[in-house]
Order: sequence, then structure tokens, then C-alpha cells
Amino acid sequence: MRHIISVLLENESGALARLVGLFAQRGYNIDSLNVAATEDPTLSRLTLVTHGNDQVIEQISKQLHKLIEVVKVSDISEAAHIERELMLVKVKAGGNQREEVKRCADIFRGQIIDVTPATYTIQLVGTSDKLDAFIQALGSTPIMEVVRSGASGIARGEKTLAL
Amino acid sequence: MTSQTQPDDKSADSTRATEMLSGAAMVIRALADEGVEYLYGYPGGAVLHIYDALFQQNKVKHVLVRHEQAATHMADAYARASGKAGVVLVTSGPGATNAVTGIATAYMDSIPMVVLTGQVMSHLIGGDAFQETDMLGISRPICKHNMSVRRPEDIPYLIKKAFHIAQTGRPGPVVLDIPKDMTMPNQQFPYRYPAEINLRSYQPKQQGHSGQIKKAVTALLAAKKPVLYAGGGVIMGGASQELTELAQLLNLPVTNTLMGLGAYPADDKQFIGMLGMHGSYEANQTMHHADVILAVGARFDDRVTNNTKKFCPDATIIHIDIDPASISKTVNAHIPIVGLVQPVLSNMLALLKQKKKKLDSAALEAWWQQIAQWRSVHGGRYDTSAPLLKPQYVIEQVSKITKGEAYVCSDVGQHQMFAAQYYKFNKPNRWINSGGLGTMGFGLPAAMGVKLNYPDADVVCVTGEGSIQMNIQELSTCKQYGLGVKIINLNNGYLGMVKQWQDMNYESRYASSYMDSLPDFVKLAEAYGHVGIRVTTPEELQPALERAFALKDQLVFLDIHIDPKEHVYPMQVPGGAMNDMFLSKTERT
Repeated sequence: MRHIISVLLENESGALARLVGLFAQRGYNIDSLNVAATEDPTLSRLTLVTHGNDQVIEQISKQLHKLIEVVKVSDISEAAHIERELMLVKVKAGGNQREEVKRCADIFRGQIIDVTPATYTIQLVGTSDKLDAFIQALGSTPIMEVVRSGASGIARGEKTLAL
Repeated sequence: MTSQTQPDDKSADSTRATEMLSGAAMVIRALADEGVEYLYGYPGGAVLHIYDALFQQNKVKHVLVRHEQAATHMADAYARASGKAGVVLVTSGPGATNAVTGIATAYMDSIPMVVLTGQVMSHLIGGDAFQETDMLGISRPICKHNMSVRRPEDIPYLIKKAFHIAQTGRPGPVVLDIPKDMTMPNQQFPYRYPAEINLRSYQPKQQGHSGQIKKAVTALLAAKKPVLYAGGGVIMGGASQELTELAQLLNLPVTNTLMGLGAYPADDKQFIGMLGMHGSYEANQTMHHADVILAVGARFDDRVTNNTKKFCPDATIIHIDIDPASISKTVNAHIPIVGLVQPVLSNMLALLKQKKKKLDSAALEAWWQQIAQWRSVHGGRYDTSAPLLKPQYVIEQVSKITKGEAYVCSDVGQHQMFAAQYYKFNKPNRWINSGGLGTMGFGLPAAMGVKLNYPDADVVCVTGEGSIQMNIQELSTCKQYGLGVKIINLNNGYLGMVKQWQDMNYESRYASSYMDSLPDFVKLAEAYGHVGIRVTTPEELQPALERAFALKDQLVFLDIHIDPKEHVYPMQVPGGAMNDMFLSKTERT
């Protein structure tokens, strides 16, 4: 099962290395990871997508808690939540394909953010599934480059992961 | 775990004129303020300023080892015996990497330790400077936490933080990396040692959940075939007394893990021995057939459970542990209780006394009869017919002559298991061994660390000719500090445990388990200025032990030649249940 784990972490050198090292040492998976400081510069917010059975996810959560710099851990995918990922895709868009790529980007509510006579660079935001679907939908359009941020997430409603 | 130093008088503290100290002086002063008596270490370029500060005071005493690994084991063993963190000081690069095995040893057994490692100057870090290694990177997976000093004025806070993290919650080693420029003697900063520390991201749980404790008591009272399974957490958590009281109140059979030996007195009739791979027949049978297991400060290690799929099929498991990650990690706990074992057991005791209920006495009586029958099957027997000295017999004699009260520091291998099985540990903190990591070379430095801090106690190092040679150079340190350790070298000329596995699984093909050209250990001991005694027959043993223990202040190296064919039994059958065991070379369950 896919899980999205959010972590509040002391914004200290070595903290991220310790967290990533934990996953490597104990053989847990990291499907994606993103991290940045929050509005409080002493704290980082990290979103990690992983998969495993219930026992593995429980161990991941407990082992994360044990790290001294980890302030809070939450598996946000356990309850209603919002998930977003940013993707930038550079595709060949010349001749007949040019109009079709534009149409496809529109359908997915993507934005073309850079243009050359032969290429488009498209920005797309959504769940990881939606980004996957867009790549599928591009079909025969040659993809030159894909950059994905990994998922970020937040709980729905009044629930927060904060101090 | 241990009580934190309390602020003596905060207001007086703030009005006192602020003292100005160099980073190096702050390191030593902070250790003194933390109450550290001994520092185990080895000097080198990156820590020379700290050594100079050490030289200029007399509160913190330094013990110079011959190899940094020994410093870590000395500090570790002091912690195991006292419950307080041991402290190590080593230089950067090879000094730090030599300490790695000792840090990992302490980490695997949850032993509080503070390791100060030197580092090259800050501006050189990352440039492959002389004696530079990324000690934070190297030690990250083998310590509870690590930190580096970025500003000299942070040193007192960071040292307090290191002790706080090492000694609270589930204890463990903490590494503090100190770049040389943080300790310059000509740069002084205001010194104030914090009385206490509060970290928002680290708030270990103390008390257990009262609802869970109630549930546990109810389950325990309903048991017909209970067993109490106690581990190292009871020793480090200082809860032996509560554990013993609880077991005796309810007349529960008690088994201790390798790390938990001494948590419950071995001489008591309710003690059924160690459990696990080389546990007693009765302990493993009792566990397998139990209907309620009360696990206290134990972590269901693979050397205990054998195949977890076949583990104790009928048992409701109550698991008390300070570390939530230890609960349901390998074996599912039905009633988990997270908290320090001492207050949790106290709460359980209070509840039991208040309820005034006992277990079903007829069922318990039948259970004890069953256990008595299991006891009669093996009962720690060994072959006494051979003319050669048996290692089990040696340990029994050591146990007798020291009345089960010595500190027994073991190396790793067959001798370790014989010591665990045949020495009668009646007190906690007396059995000192590398259980989790299985570090050969641990025994002698460990014995040194204990002897230094408990000079009047009998301190025994049980070892073998393989393990002892992994830190044999420390005989020199023993001479320098007058450490009268008694070394029981169970010499069979083989790496015994490796040989046993080769006998059992590899048709006795002894790949590299035979030690040719062993030194003359008696002469070796004498060369270092100690007493050496060779024992080759059963008749020689008793007089040799008497002589050794009579020489109070001297290190005596007893080189005892034992039967090289002996195996450790019982032994769990790989992949089997708790109670699938080999009982001798020819019998299995």
C-alpha cells in the first residue's frame, strides 16, 4: 500500500541525512521525497511517499519518531487529505503534433511555460496519479525531459501537523 | 533512567561572575560538572588542546588505553555496571574509526555512552585533510545520536545534551565531534553548565498507560500457564527489585535473556534459566507452552524467538518496553505498554496488591509440576566422564569461589554461553557481555572498566584464546593502572563456536577455525608484569582458582586447557519453534 508520510523535522544539518539513512539501513522504500523549511525557519516539513504492509508502515513511523530531530510524524494518507505534485515536461512539439500537445495540456489543466519553434515545456500540478496519466496521454509525442517534485500533502479540514 | 543533576540554586548561579574558559577547558569542565570521574581515551593531533586542559586539572582522571576500541569497551562496561554513561575521548581519523566497534557494541545493547571524537579544523573539513574522516557519517547508523560543535560557546550545552540523550529513554551512545579550532586555548568564552535540558523533539515517555496496565494485570491474573520473560531493560532500567517482587507475589516462573541475567536471582526456585538459542530446556519449553507471556524490557531478538512463525502459538503477549519501535517489531504484542519498566512494574504491583487476587492456584500448581518435569530432562547436565577439563565445570567452580557475586565480563563465543549458563547471577549489573553485536575482544577491556571503578570487587574476564587476542595489548594498560582482573581463558585451541557450527552443519570441515601457533599465555602474562597460571587437568583447577583470587591486587591470567570437542547445549534447531532443541551431540527434541 502507498502511504504519504509527513514529518516535521528540526532544520539542522545532518537531520535529513539521518532520516534518509534510516530508510536505507532498515530497507524501507522511498518512492519520493521532498523537503523545505516552513514558516518557522527552525523547522523543516518533509513529505515522503513510501509503500509497504501495515507492519512496515508502523515500524517506519516508530523508527522516524526515534530520531532525535524528528518533532512530529503523521501518515496523512490514513485520513482525508490533499496531495499535490509538480511536474515539468519538455516535449518535442513541431508540425502536426504542436496543436495536439497543447490540447492535451489544456485537458489536464497544464500550462505551457516555455516555448521554442520545436518544443513546449509544460507545467502540471496534481496528484501523482494525474501526472502519470498525463504522461500516458502524451502518447507518441516524444518526451525530452521530465522533472517531478515528488508529492506534497496536507490533511483536509482543521487537522494540522504543527507544533 | 538515571536521575538528572538538578539545579542547585538557579538564582545564585546567575549572579555568579561568569567564568571565561577555552573550548578545550570547557570540555573537561563540563565533564567534571556532569560528575564524570574517569575518561577513557587515546591522544592525537585533533584533541591535543583537550588533553592539555585535562593535564591542568585533577577532577577528571584519564585512562590511557593501548587501542581506542578498548577505551569504548571500558566506558561501556562502566555504564553496564553503574547505570551511568561512560565517557570516551579519541582523536580524529583512525582514533575515531578505531572506536567504531565499541560504539556499535554499546548501541546494540542500549548502553549509555558519550564519545568525544576530535576532528580536523573546521575550514579543512571536506578537503580530505590529514586524519580526517566523516565521523558523523560513519557513526550515524550505530549511535543513538550524533552532533558536531560549530561554535566553541556551545560546548557546555552540547555536552549536557549528549548526556541527556544517552541516559534517558532507551539509552545509547552519543557521539560529539569536536573540530580542533573549537578548542583553541587562547580563545575564551563564557562558561555555564546547564542544569537541565529540554528538547521539543525528544520527550521520552516515562509512565505507562494506566488503561494498558490494567488490561495487563487482568490478563496476567487470568493466566493458567504464565511466564515472565525479562531482558536487559530490567537491568538498565533498575527494576530488578520490582520484577522480583512481582514474580514472587504471583509465583511466576521467570526466564532471563542473555542481557537480562541477574535481573532475577539465579539461585531462586522460580528461576528457570536463560531462554533462547542456548537457553535451558525448561525455559524454552515453558515459553513455548505458555498462555500468557509477560515480556519486560526484552525485544524478542532472533536469538530468543527462533522462527517467529512458530513462536509460542498459544500465548497472549504483554510487552513492557521504553522503546515503542521494539513493540510488535518481530512478534506481535497483544497488550503493549510503552514506558520505563520500573514505574510500570510498580504500578502493576500496586494494582495487584489492591485487587488482592492471585492466579488460579490449581492451574498454577499443575504448571509448576510440568516445569519440574521439563527441568528433570536436561537440567544443565554435561558429560563428566572424559578425563579432560570441561568448560562448564570451570565456570561452576568460578561461580562457587566468587559466591555468584563477581562481575563477570565475557568475550564472545562458546565460553560466553557457558558463562551465561553456569554462572549463578544473583544480582543485576554483574553480567557484562556483548549480547547484540557479539564483539570478540570486548571481555578484557570491559573487565578493566569495571575493576577500575569497583576496585574492591572480584572482576572476572571469561574469554577464549581467540577473543583474548583481539585486545591482548590491554594487558599493558592493566599494568599501568594496577587492574587486578582475573582472566579465565578457556583455551581449546579452536574458535569454539565456529567449530561447533562446522561440526553441526559442515561435516567438521574446520575452515580457519583452528588456531595454530598460539602464544604461551603464561609467559605472555609475565612479560606484561602479571601472574600467569596454566591449568591442564581437573585437579589443578581448584588450587589455581584459590591462588588467583587470593592475589587481590594482581592480574592473574589463568590459561585453562579444556576439552576441545565440547559443544554448547541445549541449542535450538534452526528454523524451529522455541522448544525445538538439540540436547547433546546425539539427542534432539
